[in-house]
Amino acid sequence: MLPPIFGVLFDGFAYGMLLFLLSVGQSVTLGMMNFINLAHCSFAMLGGYMTVALMTHYGWPFFATLPCAFIVAAVVSVGFERLFYRRLYRASDLDQVLLTIGIVFISVAVAAYIFGTEQKPLPLPEYLRSSLTFLGLRFAVYRLIMIAIALAITALLVLTVEYTRFGARVRAAVDNERMARGLGIDVDRTFAITFALGSGLAGLGGALAVEIVGLDPSFALTYLVYVLIVVSVGGLGSISGSFVAAALLGISDVAGKYYVPAIGAFLIYLVMIVLLMWRPRGLFGRR
Amino acid sequence: MALTRSFDAPGLYFQSRTRWRLVEIVFWLATLLPFALLPDYLILASQIAITALFALSLDLILGYAGIVSLGHAAFFGVGAYAAGLLSKYGWGEPITGLLAASIAAGIVGYATSFVICRFRHLALIMLTLGFGLMLEELANSAGWLTGGFDGLQGIETWKLFGHFEFDLYGYVAYAYSLAVLFILFVFARRLIHSPFGLSLRGIRENYVRMPAIGAPSRAHIRTIYTISAAMAGIAGALLAQTTETLSLDSLGFERSAELLVILVLGGAGRLYGGLVGAMIYMIARDRFSGVEPQYWYFWIGVLLVTVVMILPNGILGGLAKLAARWSRS
Repeated sequence: MLPPIFGVLFDGFAYGMLLFLLSVGQSVTLGMMNFINLAHCSFAMLGGYMTVALMTHYGWPFFATLPCAFIVAAVVSVGFERLFYRRLYRASDLDQVLLTIGIVFISVAVAAYIFGTEQKPLPLPEYLRSSLTFLGLRFAVYRLIMIAIALAITALLVLTVEYTRFGARVRAAVDNERMARGLGIDVDRTFAITFALGSGLAGLGGALAVEIVGLDPSFALTYLVYVLIVVSVGGLGSISGSFVAAALLGISDVAGKYYVPAIGAFLIYLVMIVLLMWRPRGLFGRR
Repeated sequence: MALTRSFDAPGLYFQSRTRWRLVEIVFWLATLLPFALLPDYLILASQIAITALFALSLDLILGYAGIVSLGHAAFFGVGAYAAGLLSKYGWGEPITGLLAASIAAGIVGYATSFVICRFRHLALIMLTLGFGLMLEELANSAGWLTGGFDGLQGIETWKLFGHFEFDLYGYVAYAYSLAVLFILFVFARRLIHSPFGLSLRGIRENYVRMPAIGAPSRAHIRTIYTISAAMAGIAGALLAQTTETLSLDSLGFERSAELLVILVLGGAGRLYGGLVGAMIYMIARDRFSGVEPQYWYFWIGVLLVTVVMILPNGILGGLAKLAARWSRS
């Protein structure tokens, strides 16, 4: 028999993996271009609504909607990158913050206009709603699958970044953008691809998040805070940093809400501030 | 002779900057017009004055010292709740309420400034956001004190100077808010056109080099951050006293973001930026108040994207550019 703390740890870890999917793209693109993109979770929300719409209106199976969420978020984000972001890479923090907050507000309003402001239920099949009992503890199948997906993606990302030519370009651009340009690396293109991949992963995260945290138009704002926490605690441009930070954040959030519900999210913000003060470049930040 | 003149040059420079121009005098006289011309809109006018004061306080740190804050509403909220609670528990005298609110917000600002002054860029934005959210959570969970989501009820503001009662039409409310705004504006104007204000602009342009010419960046940022927090607290207290209601939105993230919109719309780094922005924004919101709030945010978003893409220095910046082009040709 396992004590209930393992249940909390499991739920927290699953939640952390969700946060990791939502934030890993933000971490890498921020590390590369230093562009503060507060609209990252708008792309995640787009993925979530994609899945909901495809499942409820067209009757697609859940797993078939996931690639769709990824692709749509990636394609739309590249459109925004070409149209708006590209012109502000050298602009001040303030301009970047303003532009992307503007996009967040627009996305929230558009989502409310199309889908309404209420929470969207997800018609999941029975086998995904069931749970396994192991040593007296129940583990939700959905969460197990989510953890498996997140771990597979992490492995894939690490392998890509460490062992492929594209990964080498990304690392070079994150470490020193100007030097990478000097060596003939097309940083703009590398960035656009990374940005699309990151937003696609956010879209996938958004699609997976619907069942766990629900989906309404305020998603883009609520989870933005969590993503920024993961990024700034994990360190810019660090995949492993994001992974650890997301896991820690997920576990402490679930544990905090389980053991001391009265203080709610307060604990998370406090942890973030203390960590930032202690290590302003994040736990694994290199620069 | 040439020697004395060069000694005088800085003094003359500051003197030429601080002289009141005709446009400014006309602007402030025009703020009195609502009393005569638009008596039905005095409540709105006092809301505008309060928002303008709040935007001015953000302008001091954002426009002049370059500190991008996503949590400035925290100080507004501290001031508002300080004044509101004081009045709820038996002391509704408005002027001392303002003082208490500014002290409360100033203390919180001073305490956080020690952290704020050490960071730039993303970490700074995250910290301001974190402090704001933390305070919001705190106010939410301390429902016995703040009234939580239902808001703080039972605020009663006494007569101003023991004589003028806050009326339904907002005569006293607007006169009171406008007077406070004007006094603090004159203070901010003096501050910005002082050597201290000049070194703030230097810090905005280059944080690292300013200490080399004798301007301690961190100490200056702490000072201006505290002043700005106290000012935001006064704006919050004004709102609590004149409307006699308070809710948690007064310190939420949306309010901080909205304030950024207002300031940037008017033009950050210009004394009148926040004032003009507040006027345009609040009047537009009043006109479109029939629109559902979520669609209202759609237009704010469109506005933000347009301002960043087309008018990088806000409305006043655009006007200044036009004026410069006109005077050249």
